[in-house]
Amino acid sequence: MDSGILLIGLASVLAAAAPLIFAVIGETLSERAGVINLSMNGTILLSAMGGFAVSVQSGSLLLGFLTGAGIGAAVALVVAFSSVTLRQSQVAVGFVLALVCRDLSYFLGNPFMGLAGPRLPAWPIPTLEKIPVLGTLFFRHELMTYLSFAVILLAWAWVFRTRQGLILQGIGERPAAAFGRGANVVRLRYLYTVLGGALIGLAGPTYSLSVKAGWKGTISGLDGIGWIALAITIFGGWNPLRAAFGAYLFALLQWLGLVLQPRLPGIPSQVLQVAPFPLMILTLLLVNIGNAEWVGRNLAALPAPARRFLTRVLRILRASPPAALGVPFESE
Amino acid sequence: MKSRPWTIVGFQLIALLLALGFTTLILLAVGAPPLEAYRHILLGSLGSFKKFSDVLVSWVPLLLVSAGLLATFSAGLWNIGVEGQITFGAIATTWLLRELADSALPPGVIVFLSIVAGALGAAAWAALTGVLKTFGGVNEIFGGLGMNFVATAVTIYLIFGPWKRPGTGSMSGTEPFEKALHLVLFPGLRLSPWALALALLAIVVIYFLIEGTYLGLRLKAVGKNYRAAYLLGVPTWQHQLLSFLICGALAGVAGAMQVTAVYHRLIPAISSGYGYMGLMVAMLVNYRAIWAAPVALFFAALNLGSIQLPIVLKLDSSLAGVLQGLLVLFVLMVEGARQRMMRRS
Repeated sequence: MDSGILLIGLASVLAAAAPLIFAVIGETLSERAGVINLSMNGTILLSAMGGFAVSVQSGSLLLGFLTGAGIGAAVALVVAFSSVTLRQSQVAVGFVLALVCRDLSYFLGNPFMGLAGPRLPAWPIPTLEKIPVLGTLFFRHELMTYLSFAVILLAWAWVFRTRQGLILQGIGERPAAAFGRGANVVRLRYLYTVLGGALIGLAGPTYSLSVKAGWKGTISGLDGIGWIALAITIFGGWNPLRAAFGAYLFALLQWLGLVLQPRLPGIPSQVLQVAPFPLMILTLLLVNIGNAEWVGRNLAALPAPARRFLTRVLRILRASPPAALGVPFESE
Repeated sequence: MKSRPWTIVGFQLIALLLALGFTTLILLAVGAPPLEAYRHILLGSLGSFKKFSDVLVSWVPLLLVSAGLLATFSAGLWNIGVEGQITFGAIATTWLLRELADSALPPGVIVFLSIVAGALGAAAWAALTGVLKTFGGVNEIFGGLGMNFVATAVTIYLIFGPWKRPGTGSMSGTEPFEKALHLVLFPGLRLSPWALALALLAIVVIYFLIEGTYLGLRLKAVGKNYRAAYLLGVPTWQHQLLSFLICGALAGVAGAMQVTAVYHRLIPAISSGYGYMGLMVAMLVNYRAIWAAPVALFFAALNLGSIQLPIVLKLDSSLAGVLQGLLVLFVLMVEGARQRMMRRS
């Protein structure tokens, strides 16, 4: 393959991953605070539809993206209210919201199906785009792709390099201790869930106004992406950098599937389309298996060099969730 | 700390009203006449004896799936993979029907064996998710979801590949089976007495299993407090796997019914969303098997009634899913509000 085409291909992978980045970073922030937002699959669909519909009607891209973020924040608010204030199961509420928002997007989006809508224009950065290799890779994108780069770095710096980020880690790991130190656990959980939800909501319009422009109802090809993003969040071990790496890896694999498909004529396209899902199970297996008790038992029986090597591999792969993830907090 | 039963019923009525109110707002937002929409849903599901029998046709798989899910929910598991388990049950049933279609066995025996194959195949498919959960540490929600997409891909591969119709494969499914291999239907209706009987049997058996047996008690112990159950000597992961097998088998029977009594072939969307709907039913009845039958009937009626919406009002039929989901959401929220009020008082 020509190296120029390869570069453009890799640049397209960075752009295609942008919505996933928003979703994964949003979920990471929410889960860091101790709240699982399982509604992601529905939220992305509903915000994709909503953002597209508003953009078509108003002609404004900005309004479309704001609508998406607003929808994401609103759904997250329901999750936060049900789980933090009403102490209902986050899994139950999130799962139901995932279904409701999906059906709602198909119901409300019916009149907008197949309409021609606005699309985010490319926005090359002057001078920087002229740099060989790096210019093509990083500086000839659309606004949302640049924003996705910024979000990764900001989220990482916020979580690991600021006092606020330390408190965020605290309310996810030891909410009682954080509370004792004066952190308002309930308010912060609301704040991060809604903020994370707004980021997840940005993913929708980033699809419907850019990466997969348009709204085509059930065949938009967006159903399932939210579940993948949840898996990538776990793969990312609740670290924005590792989560972003997961999102890029996933986008790269999808692109490879697309490129390789003409060379594998025996496999129907529908089968290659689901290839990410077994892959998702496999990555979760790799991330989690180090925590299983029987693995540790069997490792102990191995000769020392093999044991040391395998233990190290498992430790690199392993990720443990915030200790208070999904657990309601009692301040009394 | 317990409210009286009537208080709880009252709170659930509030949830129902909230769900209806919210759905009405959505209808008003798109400029549709809400009362007209509800009337068409009602007429489309209960308007005639024929229509009601069609509601029962979709009640059968929904009830089978809900019954199975009560077993996994009791064990504290979120078997979202149930959708794929229905699909794989349908695949296994279709496979055996195809294998035995030309054999000398009487048709009744072939159909019976195929339904058994559906149950076993889906149980094995469910066990995969179960093993990933118990030995691999892969959360059953993600394992199950992944397996759902894989099951659909296998279906499409079979329909367009090895099992394609003479000529070219198409989204309409595999070649239909001959009449002798159909499950017997009530004359003039699309409803099979065998399917109906199987579904009722399933929910009764699950009710007694959960409420009246030692096995059910142990399942619930594992579900309520995994660690305590383990310390008390209950074989924990074995019970989790067992609940996956039970749920898988019942979902497989649901898939087998879709093949032998409804479609008479394998189609791409053979599970028709009954798995996710069953999850909502199981959540709504809050593990109490006795309520599963009426709630599933209500959901089936909503689904069938909403088929009228695109035809008469040009609305998308996904409205049924919106109403069902909102109902579950508001029941959860109202329950949370009730508990909160009790903590305060």
